[in-house]
Amino acid sequence: MSNNSAGGMMSLQKSVKQLRFEAGIRRIKVSQAAADLKTFCLQNAHKDPLLMGVPSSDNPFRPPKSCALF
Amino acid sequence: MGEMEQLRKEAESLKDEITAARKAVQDLTLQDHVAGTAVVGRVQLKTRKTLRGHLAKIYAMHWGTDSKLCVSASQDGKLIVWDSYSTNKVHAIPLKSSWVMTCSYAPSGNMVACGGLDNMCSIYNLKGKDGNVKVMRELAAHTGYLSCCRFLSDTEIITSSGDCTCLLWDIETGTEKTVFAGHLGDCMSLAVSPDFNTFISGACDFTAKLWDIREGQCRQTFGGHESDINAIGFFPNGNAVITGSDDASCKLYDLRSDQELITYQDSSIMCGVTSIAPSLSGRLILAGYDDFNCNIWDSLKAERVGVLSGHDNRVSCIGVTPDGMACCTGSWDSFLKIWN
Repeated sequence: MSNNSAGGMMSLQKSVKQLRFEAGIRRIKVSQAAADLKTFCLQNAHKDPLLMGVPSSDNPFRPPKSCALF
Repeated sequence: MGEMEQLRKEAESLKDEITAARKAVQDLTLQDHVAGTAVVGRVQLKTRKTLRGHLAKIYAMHWGTDSKLCVSASQDGKLIVWDSYSTNKVHAIPLKSSWVMTCSYAPSGNMVACGGLDNMCSIYNLKGKDGNVKVMRELAAHTGYLSCCRFLSDTEIITSSGDCTCLLWDIETGTEKTVFAGHLGDCMSLAVSPDFNTFISGACDFTAKLWDIREGQCRQTFGGHESDINAIGFFPNGNAVITGSDDASCKLYDLRSDQELITYQDSSIMCGVTSIAPSLSGRLILAGYDDFNCNIWDSLKAERVGVLSGHDNRVSCIGVTPDGMACCTGSWDSFLKIWN
């Protein structure tokens, strides 16, 4: 029983120490975080192929088919 | 006994302190901020390639940094390195243990790694002198299954395990450098930050943790999910984390304000999320589900803007190429599909 208490005690002490650390971190305002996320998305949208679509000529997964008329 | 009770009380009070500190910076919600932003138009991606060759469920895939080669792992006991442009198999590597759950491509392209129920992470050298692909190292120390692995470089790799820990390894010596302990449930997934200084892990204790790689310290813990977190990824600017869970939702957690900003869920979706990946700009979040589909979410507006359907079984893994040109889905139906 005493071993269990010792192990349980150490584990609790570690948890409390970790929680103290996490409680003390610096946090920025959500308004700023949200603004930065939105800005990043909008500024990079034009170079996001999945968002903008990929023209066949630039699509490495889709070599353009040639069309021959006889 | 009195001391333990005191510590428990202190723990509870610290948790309340964290909740209050998070609320204190909540001057606006993300939803408020993007109220004037339009939802992106319907995203319709088509299957451009189907990679056929595995004979059993595919559990994992990872793109190489060239956005052309990728590696996949299947419980048919093989790792296959594919040229996704041609669909050719560049390497078909037989594994000692067929119970593989994860694979990773080194940023250099020189190595791949995998692991699973053998509790080990096996590193394979793709550029051996005689052209044969051989096991270079077997990293053994975890006491539970290997759920995920990601190379930092040719000399370091991070692994997550069912033993509730993550480990940083020195590949050359084959030894553990740092233990990341703190999760109270199996670690299911990990992702490395774009600057390689931190990584995040998602676990069966319903939380995601941000770790400082060099200090070995957990910096932040994010809760809110109501079941196991199966998938995790970094938002492309490194300031946010996206998670996918068995509770059928995905969430975005912002690192600098230390809280959940948005949840991606729909009452019509009742099955678990298996895999997740952001598009290049972060505006789209692609998530694979147990119901054989992959949903595409507008990350800012939290609306579903597309579906990838085509697999005949669970989508187990998903990855967007580093250049953002395409996404790859891997499934229990034994096929990988490339979409854009």
